Amino acid sequence: MTTTEVTPAAKNTVQADRIRRVALTLAAPLLAIVISLVITSLVLVSTGTPAFHTFKIMLDYAAQPRTTTLIINSAVTYYFAALAVAVGFRMNLFNIGVDGQYRLAAMLAASVGGAVTLPAPLHVSLIIGVAALVGAMWAGIAGLLKVYRGVSEVISTIMLNFIATGLVAYLLAPGRLAVTTTGSNNIGTKEIPPSGRVPGIDLIPGSPLQVYGLLVLAIAAGFAYWFLIERTRFGFELRATGLNEAAAVASGVNVKRMVLVSMLISGGVAGLVGMPQLLGSSYNYSLDFPAGLGFTGIAIALLGRNTAIGVAIGALLFGFLDNSSQILDLEGVAKEIVLITQGVIVLSVVVAYEIVRRYRIIAQQRDVGRSLAQPQQPVVAEGVTP
Amino acid sequence: MSTSTQTGTSDAGHTPDEDPALARRRAVTNKRYRLLIAVALGLVALSAVRVFSGAGDLTSGGTIGAALSLAVPIGMAGLGGLWAERAGVVNIGLEGMMILGTFGAGWIGWQHGPWLGVLAAIVFGTLGGLVHSIATVSFGVDHIVSGVAINILGLGVTQFLASVLLEGTPGGGESQSPRIPPLPTVSIPGLNDLLLPLEKHGWFLISDLAGIVRGLTTNVSVLTLVAVGLVIATYYVLWQTPFGLRLRSCGEDPYAAESLGVRVYLHKHIAVLVSGALAGFAGAYLAIVAAGIYREGQTGGRGYIGLAAMIFGNWRPGGLVAGAGLFGYTDAMQLRNAEAVHALLLVVALILAGVAIASVIRRRFVSAVISTVIGILMVVWYARTDALPDQITFMTPYITTLLVLALASQRLRMPKADGLVYRRGGSR
Repeated sequence: MTTTEVTPAAKNTVQADRIRRVALTLAAPLLAIVISLVITSLVLVSTGTPAFHTFKIMLDYAAQPRTTTLIINSAVTYYFAALAVAVGFRMNLFNIGVDGQYRLAAMLAASVGGAVTLPAPLHVSLIIGVAALVGAMWAGIAGLLKVYRGVSEVISTIMLNFIATGLVAYLLAPGRLAVTTTGSNNIGTKEIPPSGRVPGIDLIPGSPLQVYGLLVLAIAAGFAYWFLIERTRFGFELRATGLNEAAAVASGVNVKRMVLVSMLISGGVAGLVGMPQLLGSSYNYSLDFPAGLGFTGIAIALLGRNTAIGVAIGALLFGFLDNSSQILDLEGVAKEIVLITQGVIVLSVVVAYEIVRRYRIIAQQRDVGRSLAQPQQPVVAEGVTP
Repeated sequence: MSTSTQTGTSDAGHTPDEDPALARRRAVTNKRYRLLIAVALGLVALSAVRVFSGAGDLTSGGTIGAALSLAVPIGMAGLGGLWAERAGVVNIGLEGMMILGTFGAGWIGWQHGPWLGVLAAIVFGTLGGLVHSIATVSFGVDHIVSGVAINILGLGVTQFLASVLLEGTPGGGESQSPRIPPLPTVSIPGLNDLLLPLEKHGWFLISDLAGIVRGLTTNVSVLTLVAVGLVIATYYVLWQTPFGLRLRSCGEDPYAAESLGVRVYLHKHIAVLVSGALAGFAGAYLAIVAAGIYREGQTGGRGYIGLAAMIFGNWRPGGLVAGAGLFGYTDAMQLRNAEAVHALLLVVALILAGVAIASVIRRRFVSAVISTVIGILMVVWYARTDALPDQITFMTPYITTLLVLALASQRLRMPKADGLVYRRGGSR
């Protein structure tokens, strides 16, 4: 019978640790953003451009209602991509294949959506359902290969990206799934009728553009992600597998099943990446549908530390950089500078997290050492006496 | 495999001292013969299909030459991957380093000539490698994460520099450089005139051999020769020198290496730097030899394909060359001739028939049935269609890689500590 009373000293330690943890968690991304700003400034100055002025132009441009809308719209798309990557990352699974998954999913969903006419809610759900299903299936191939044949998902998803590129190019031809758009030489899938479209939201006052209606779905996906990871048994097992696979196996987690299921979830979310644009503005999948969003998603997931909130902030930051840089060309600055900023952010954020992690371990060890060094004899005796 | 080991153990009774080395040597010779037989059979299949289908481009000198020049950048990227992974660092950033290389070659190459361009590409690639090695080796960042970041960064830096440094150049712009003066090509004198008539006759096997030899010996860029030299040098350095042994030991078990006094960090840093340099060289080849200019998006994912070729080749230089050759060949076919690509279906069917026969001999009936069925499907596909869509050919190397990984992943053996973060004084 031992009634373990938490001693005031221990309570202080726990509290100090918690405060420190929060501070350090925020420190890493902030440090990364500062580093990338410094490096970006250095690059700008070295090419003879005043750095501060450039940032000011970008911020001013971003504050215009039209640009703000575009930033949010980009962020919605990026958010899905980053969530898809984050699901895998939480259990050390690298889904490099989000890129192929969303392109194949968007293309097939667009053709299905263009082929049928249904009542509005049903039509939209059908398109989104098809997209999620295709994405999940495509990612599932990598999952199956990993579980049953021991093939690294990094390599298989990269290969699947290329195969998806080939498949999309094959299917997106007149006579197969594509039609020629009148008045241009761009080819795309048949346009989705109005019943399959998602109306925009007038979120930003004074903007000529509307925010994608699927912003709502993105927010819902964020909540679902947070709930799944932090509040369910599945999420617990997922995190446990990611932190220490051997320990997870020992406590009865079926890692093979986890790999397969999380790959399917990741692919399903990846399937949604193309949806905001498809259902909100382009209404068909054509040759100029954006590519490479999967890699942006990886960067944002790393930046946001795989949490629902962090990823949202990262998506907005990338959306800001991508859209507000459009003004730079008019000012005679190469807008590609933001690509450097993005690359440096990602690299410095992972290094910063690693440094913070090591610092935290050292700090914890020091705390433990200090509390053990204090004469604790009477305290322990008190705690143990029945 | 199992038979050769058994012969080895039965010898053990007679000469216990010599036995392991002997058995190993026998296994190696056995393997070499098997490889030669496989190559010869493949050639016969190719030749037979060419005669049957009339698709002369299957083994023409032109195709082989194109395949060679397409295989070199893939092979060099793969060689870069080999160096890094043999030291235990996964280098998925090859693509980014290669992009840096193409730009370095274009930017310096058009102003100061191709050789300095090659040098600049190597320097640029090495800088990419330096970032990767600092992140992964010094800071212990996850290798895949760092590699992905370098791909993003490499692309960003290149596009920025190109728009600053190439805008307004004669014939260049923000997405491409002016023309780079070409590097000389070499041919074995007289061989072309001798082999071309032989090739034109269309004789079974003889003309094919003539075409292949002609493709490999006519108008070969000097950079291709450098690349061949680099493969041989890599084999020699990594497998025949004490330095190579130490480097590989870092990829197998860094803690054991550390306990033997190997400077693990140093070897890993060197390996990743060499890896970046080779990726940069691959970029230089693309820009200077293949295209003659730097162009945005020129690498087209070849860094990843190089990585795939390396895995396909089981983390060995010889296998890597075979993988790069296969990818280069399918690439060349796709670019050159739709009819020949169509005939490739028959080649695949013949190879599958061979696999089926081998499986029956080994009493693996399931695999025999699967190969037979797929082989028949290939023949039907060939008979029912006139051409293969470009996009299907485009996918071939990737599907091949996936199949090889799926079917032979048990036989592949990557370095044991590949991709694991190592900390000095730590433990497994």
